[in-house]
Amino acid sequence: MSIFKEFTKGLWQELPPFRLVLGLCPVLAVTKSATNGLGMGLAVIFVLTWSNILVSALRKVIPRKVRIASYIVIIATFVVIVEMATQAFFYPVYEALGIFIPLIVVNCVILGRAEAFASKNGVVASALDGLGIGAGFTMSLVVLGGLRELIGAGTLFDVEIMSAAYRSHSFSFMLEAPGAFICLGVLLAIMNAVSAPSSS
Amino acid sequence: MEYVIIVIGAVLIKNILLAEYLGCCPFMGTSKKMNTAVGMGLAVIFVLTAATAVTYPIHHHIFTRFGLEYLQTITFILVIAALVQFVEMFLKKAIPALYQSLGIFLPLITTNCAVLGVAILCIRRDYSFVESIVFAFSSAAGFTLALVLLAGIRERLIIADVPKPLQGTAIGLITGGLMALAFFGFSGVDGSLNALVQQ
Repeated sequence: MSIFKEFTKGLWQELPPFRLVLGLCPVLAVTKSATNGLGMGLAVIFVLTWSNILVSALRKVIPRKVRIASYIVIIATFVVIVEMATQAFFYPVYEALGIFIPLIVVNCVILGRAEAFASKNGVVASALDGLGIGAGFTMSLVVLGGLRELIGAGTLFDVEIMSAAYRSHSFSFMLEAPGAFICLGVLLAIMNAVSAPSSS
Repeated sequence: MEYVIIVIGAVLIKNILLAEYLGCCPFMGTSKKMNTAVGMGLAVIFVLTAATAVTYPIHHHIFTRFGLEYLQTITFILVIAALVQFVEMFLKKAIPALYQSLGIFLPLITTNCAVLGVAILCIRRDYSFVESIVFAFSSAAGFTLALVLLAGIRERLIIADVPKPLQGTAIGLITGGLMALAFFGFSGVDGSLNALVQQ
């Protein structure tokens, strides 16, 4: 039960971009469409889970003073693997995410989990923590990407949802930077309102 | 003249914060007070320019010569982390006054994706060395401009009557979005400048 909790806390209690306002750049940048959000999310799940496993396995070997540098090397290694794999097998995703694949290295969510969780807990718990937080991150990216794609282009996962008339006059600013900021701000406010204690 | 276009492009049209989405974490994290925003902005200008000056030769003289491009990500982040440490130590010894004001922001910069992002962008866009330096400096200046503007607005927002769920980061993000919308007005200026040069 307690192990299972490590997984589920990432889905709501500690939902990364909303609860911990960390790792905003990829959240804003790649959510032009739900597909891009999903691709980025899967890349982050992979890097986060494996870096958590490795950090946790090596937690007694790494000296405290150089731990941050060691974590960055571990994370960067998995990011390079993701970079090469997407380039080889999923080239359209690689093109769409562009510079934000190498930038997973500096995603504070991943370094944050390595420091706050994996360096203090066992391998299995760390793996589940990575999967859970990664899944929550992916969920947020898909929701934000889906919303922006639906309003901004009238499609969802590239499937045409709205009528042709809407699609030719959609709110295209939602696909640009202002739409990203405003959409995330509004979602954050909705989450605050939903989860606020009912007494206040 | 092309340098002027790079500067205007990086500061106003393709502002790294408001159009390229780089460095959003400090944008939200350090924009609550004007002093913090100015300190962070100056530290970013300093480190971003220095980091680009170091990573550019590494890529063009070592990686491309020996076919090691796949080491880009891992090496750049380590070089930036080491550089930040050096800058911190150097400032502490040489210019204590500046260290006092920038000190606490320097360690945070390692995980500022604007630094790694601009270093990689310079490589991907095939800029020359001088162009890279100009681009890095003006990108950082654009970052500082946006950060200071937002800090100015957020200081006023503290005394404003914001609905409860919107308080804090949510209203910060929406304000950032409105600022990005304002910066949208500059799009196309680079085209006009290019046309002017061609004449």
